[in-house]
Amino acid sequence: MTDRAMTDRATSMLRAAPADTAGLRERLARDAEREGLVDVLFRAVDSPIGALVLAATGRGLVYVAFEVEDERAVLDMLASRIGPRVLRAQGRSRALDAAAAQIDEYLTGRRREFDLPLDTRLATGFRGEVQRHLTEVAYGRTATYKQLAAGLDRPGAVRAVGTACATNPLPLVWPCHRILRTDGGLGGYRGGLEAKRRLLAMESAG
Amino acid sequence: MRAPFDAAVERHGPTVLRVCRAVLGPGADADDAWSETFLSALRAWPELPEETNVEAWLVRVAHRRAVDVVRRSARAATPAGGADDVALLDGWVRGGARGTGTVDDDEPAGAGIWAAVAALPTRQRICVAYRYLGGLPYAEIAELTGGTEAAARRAASDGVAALREREECTP
Repeated sequence: MTDRAMTDRATSMLRAAPADTAGLRERLARDAEREGLVDVLFRAVDSPIGALVLAATGRGLVYVAFEVEDERAVLDMLASRIGPRVLRAQGRSRALDAAAAQIDEYLTGRRREFDLPLDTRLATGFRGEVQRHLTEVAYGRTATYKQLAAGLDRPGAVRAVGTACATNPLPLVWPCHRILRTDGGLGGYRGGLEAKRRLLAMESAG
Repeated sequence: MRAPFDAAVERHGPTVLRVCRAVLGPGADADDAWSETFLSALRAWPELPEETNVEAWLVRVAHRRAVDVVRRSARAATPAGGADDVALLDGWVRGGARGTGTVDDDEPAGAGIWAAVAALPTRQRICVAYRYLGGLPYAEIAELTGGTEAAARRAASDGVAALREREECTP
């Protein structure tokens, strides 16, 4: 073997040495949260409607992403709209534990309403107004985009209400899945229509 | 930087851990240095210029944090910078660093290479780590470790030659 090849072999062994950082990343998230160094903590969780990404700031839950969304695009959005100190907290985290527990309870039929600190900074303008209004539609009930627009004294804003539902930063917690078309059609859902169908079926069964 | 910090942890975390293990030995000290490296980096992240070579920057931070870990454990007023840092790391390893030579049970494959790296003289070990793991240019390694660029180049090349010989002796 040539000298050069042996050098490459020695250095590539070094570069390929195992380096599992999972435990260290949990410790980093804990230390960073304790020292107030994070803009956003996030965690991936499994659920009956597919993997979810939960994101929280020091103020509370700020964004829920579905499996159909590109995680990297979601993190880029959070970094640009909230701040670049975005960190994964797969272990324990004050900001995320309660949200993860309540969403799990809800999706497994053990909870009907959420009682969580929320960071609503991604719900801005008229869309934000619509999104905050979503909790008026109770568990097991549905409303139409048109009814929601009328309820906000903006009967002509049906399309804008649809857009507000589609861009709801806190789905599940703010139940945009309960909003349907006037003709009974499902309308849209950021998490995909299959997820919307399953949520509605779960709620009407309970 | 406007990009999410987590992407840098994901992408460069393993490299920085290998650098810390090469410098301090695999164990609690390397873990502490890694943790403090990324905490410092997180603090500085929003102000870091977009054009920064993130990996090289993290390796420089890791060098300083590794020296901090040793300095704190040494509990002595010690001079800082360049060759003094290398002397400090040298004394540390000779004195029996905490956790040196032990690797997590789930990473048996790593034990051999770290033992070989630990057997190198300190300057060679550090230069190999910063050059071949961290990808730093020799001029920067010379700045971190004191001495000339040529000396850093020679130390890295002698270190790799020693690893190579050891490799040849291993069946």
